[in-house]
Amino acid sequence: MPVTTFGDSVRRTEDPRLITGRGKYVDDIRLPGLSHMTFVRSPYAHANIKSIDTTVAANAPGVIAIFTGADLQEQLGGLPVGWLLPDLKQPKHPPLAFETVRYVGDAVAVVVADTPYQAADAAELVEVDYEVLPAIVNAEKATKDGAPELHAEAPNNIGFDFSVGGGDWDEAIKDPDVIIVKEEIINQRLIPNSMEARGVVADFDPGRENLTLYTSTQIPHLVKMLYAMVTGTPEQKVRVIAPEVGGAFGSKLYLYAEEVVCGIVSKQLGRPVKWIEGRSEAYIATTHGRDHIGIAEMAGKKNGEIVGIKIELYANLGAYLSTFAPLIPTYFFGLMLGGVYKMPNISCHVYGVFTNTTPVDAYRGAGRPEATYVVERMVDRFAAEIGRDPVVVRRKNMLASHKNGREVTLGVTYDSGDYKANLNKALEIFDYPAFRAEQRAARREGKLLGVGLSTYIEISGAAPSAVASSLGAGAGLWESAAVRVHPTGKVTVYSGSSPSGQGHETAWAQLASSELGVPMEDIEILHGDTDQGQFGTGTFGSRSVSVGGTAIHHSVTKIIKKATLLAAHLMESDPKFVTFEGGSFAVEDIPDKSMTFQEVAGAAYSAASLPPGMEPGLDETSFFDPTNFTWPYGSHIAVVEIDQDTGKVDLIRYVAVDDVGNVLNPMIVDGMLHGGIAQGVGQALTEAAVYTDDGQLLSGSMMDYAMPTADLFPKFETDRTVSPSPVNELGVKGAGETGTIAASPAVMNAVIDALSHLGVRHMNMPATSEKVWRAIQDAKEAQRAARAAARNRGS
Amino acid sequence: MVTSNFDYFAPSTLDEATSLLSKYRGEAKVLAGGHSLIPMMKLRLAEPGILVDIGQIEGLSYVREEDGGVSIGSMTTYREMATSSVIQSNYPLLADASSKVADLQVRNRGTIGGSLAHSDPAGDIPAVILAIGGSVVVRTRRSSREINIDRFQVDLLTTALRDNEIITEIKLPGLASGTGTAYSKFHQPASHYAITGVAAVITISGGTCTDARIAVTGAGDKATRARRTERILNGKEITPAVIRRAASRAAAEIGDALNEDIHASAEYREHLTQVHAGYAIEQAVAAAG
Repeated sequence: MPVTTFGDSVRRTEDPRLITGRGKYVDDIRLPGLSHMTFVRSPYAHANIKSIDTTVAANAPGVIAIFTGADLQEQLGGLPVGWLLPDLKQPKHPPLAFETVRYVGDAVAVVVADTPYQAADAAELVEVDYEVLPAIVNAEKATKDGAPELHAEAPNNIGFDFSVGGGDWDEAIKDPDVIIVKEEIINQRLIPNSMEARGVVADFDPGRENLTLYTSTQIPHLVKMLYAMVTGTPEQKVRVIAPEVGGAFGSKLYLYAEEVVCGIVSKQLGRPVKWIEGRSEAYIATTHGRDHIGIAEMAGKKNGEIVGIKIELYANLGAYLSTFAPLIPTYFFGLMLGGVYKMPNISCHVYGVFTNTTPVDAYRGAGRPEATYVVERMVDRFAAEIGRDPVVVRRKNMLASHKNGREVTLGVTYDSGDYKANLNKALEIFDYPAFRAEQRAARREGKLLGVGLSTYIEISGAAPSAVASSLGAGAGLWESAAVRVHPTGKVTVYSGSSPSGQGHETAWAQLASSELGVPMEDIEILHGDTDQGQFGTGTFGSRSVSVGGTAIHHSVTKIIKKATLLAAHLMESDPKFVTFEGGSFAVEDIPDKSMTFQEVAGAAYSAASLPPGMEPGLDETSFFDPTNFTWPYGSHIAVVEIDQDTGKVDLIRYVAVDDVGNVLNPMIVDGMLHGGIAQGVGQALTEAAVYTDDGQLLSGSMMDYAMPTADLFPKFETDRTVSPSPVNELGVKGAGETGTIAASPAVMNAVIDALSHLGVRHMNMPATSEKVWRAIQDAKEAQRAARAAARNRGS
Repeated sequence: MVTSNFDYFAPSTLDEATSLLSKYRGEAKVLAGGHSLIPMMKLRLAEPGILVDIGQIEGLSYVREEDGGVSIGSMTTYREMATSSVIQSNYPLLADASSKVADLQVRNRGTIGGSLAHSDPAGDIPAVILAIGGSVVVRTRRSSREINIDRFQVDLLTTALRDNEIITEIKLPGLASGTGTAYSKFHQPASHYAITGVAAVITISGGTCTDARIAVTGAGDKATRARRTERILNGKEITPAVIRRAASRAAAEIGDALNEDIHASAEYREHLTQVHAGYAIEQAVAAAG
């Protein structure tokens, strides 16, 4: 591939190896003496461990060792929390439970054997005597007196009690002209389902006493730091490698129990161990997402002016605090409640609640889809109440355009945006008036057709470290990048932000290529190995290009600056007359004086002639900490048709106009958008984690958990508006989560619009066929009853 | 997600396979396409000590017109049935149902014999074969017999097949002229198994229905004939009113045994069965015309 430019749809350089099966994932790692681990997990949601008998299992073929929670209690420590809200309850989270299990899947022991099959067989022979305790899975019910309690530290299971707001809701609703709409809004629990489940290989070298931990993670550097802290291991003795990571969606953003246990077991045994998570195991052992129960209110006036929004929320945390669990339903939720609207009064109150379920943490969008769903659903609900078109209500309340920061009700500053122009573009592509005419005609034929809008905004580009720290972050959220020019002029870039499918290698190489004028194939991208580069942060919160990419840009800028000085020296010119373009240095007005980037690189290493004071080499590292988040936004429009007979919802059209600032690689951004829309539609129509009251996961595999499949989708019609972000030099905003955030409310608004003439005003996700069918039956029943009542009045 | 230990045999003849089944009777399971058995083994819901893989035996995969009907080898895959011109022209509903089983990977592996032997309560093929009629040819090491399809499905995941028998062939009768067929399915969004599936084979002669065989899958423990629906159709001129009345009885045989799960309540399943019975009858009648 030649030299590329910013904005080209360069094909993903990762794809040939990934598509042809040459990617190297954790399970592809084979080491001499490798042994295999299976975790023994609790079949009960809540129970005391009375005893564990491992004698039979220990004698099973191939078994090397068995460890219970009690055996490793000292070495394992407790899993950390990375976001400390005021008054947060932090119950101890042992990687292996040794007194009490608190969810189905809580690990109590680990079996190490020569083969994975032997380990699995022997794990079935470990006899655990449980005293089963009452369990609770519903976050709202868990806070009531008399509900089973999980942790002595958290009375009524409340882990935190969080409020955020702006304006004065209570005062605002005193206005007699104000109308309030109110709904119970449930954002159902989702199961992330990355294509590759988790996996760990731990390799402790007893000679050097250092540990190499291969793990499928979004945050190798943070895993290294947290592992060291939790286990008391000197940090320089820990090397973490994230090889190919086959998807994550937030679910690999934590220090997990299995990572700690694998490391400690490898150290105990003095040999490498491997644990590969099965799909069914992933359903209970990897974090879940969402799971909110809220009462939402929106206040406004008959003329369409929205006065404010209020939400009382129960956020399910699961059985323990996962690393970022306190952040997701608080700041990443509450700070989004203004949407793209003036929204002068906002009141948000959140209980974080422990339940006997798999821990809940970030899942693509992480708090922002939940908030956007509340806002966008309630805008439609309000519009229906006052009998106005949802487009009219949105337009009336949208913020004015701004280019360089606008502080909104909640005190945060949106970076840039022209929300109305973006909506107008989407409506134009969609042809809104034509659709409404089509809908009227369809209704006359008895067909159910509906349109839904979602004009979302989200926080991305995590994060300005000082701001994050003031809100509770336990680590800096900058990103680092090293750009190392080799003596031949080839380039290696190491970024602290490593991919889990997004296409970082292409993006980084494209960025470096476009700025250095070096062909893409001359640039090697390294990531995910804490021994290959400087400390880094990771990939989450749609931050990689805006924070990680900007760090690369800074290092490239330093390289060019130094190379320019050297080129000027070598060409015997004043640096101020030396220009750098297209990979070559030239002296202004002297056409025959020029040097290629490669020639200058060679000179930097030969060091035969350097300017006074200049060190040899061409190798720069940068740490970029942004001053603000970035705030992508957009307008999505969905059309559904509902089958009267069965309630089945068909998504028949989808228009998305997003504004993610400048776009480095449009093809990659479109790809992420498509996947994101699919995930958002999945939440709206098919996906739901379902527990029994005693904590058994009924939707425990892909046979019962309905992942969205390609046959659900029409061709997505996508376009963009461009409001460059003033927060970083590249002008980019996050693009990895927009689709997920936008799609669920757009689709649900469409479903409800399709049924609105029957009197349906709200429905919780997912809009399964049965739920929609029942809504139709109930609405028709209500209409019949109303007609009968009218007749009675008439007679 | 690893199976427990088992011994694996891949015989190359039916004699060898049936001998193994006799020798390890009760312990051995037959492996055909594997798309039902292997997942159950990986979840350790099934832990057979011995697997007899009949995939290496030649001559079990065919579609042949004979005796006025069609014989289908037990190892014929869904994909082969979906694309077979003989099946497409003789039993359009079987081709159609085969094309709607799960996904392409499953259709390339899963077999008609495996589907019948497994008798998943939501499998498509059992209902389709039940509606067509015919018999299942099975053999042991020493003997063979034909089991009428009406007596083949016994209960949940249970058939009349004995544990030393292998299905070798499915014999389908020729359909009378003026016969139309259809299969209408509402699939579960995750597994794509039928929440309900209704197969209809209807013969129209002189404007009246002379024979109707209607079978339902997904709604109860096993694929079941909807005999009350059939009785309503038989001997009648098929009008929309007759279809409505017949369809409304489609789940009657299943009665209180209607399945209920996180995807569909019993009430909704019953409703869907009626709706899809209506669709299947309507399409079959149209095709008969």
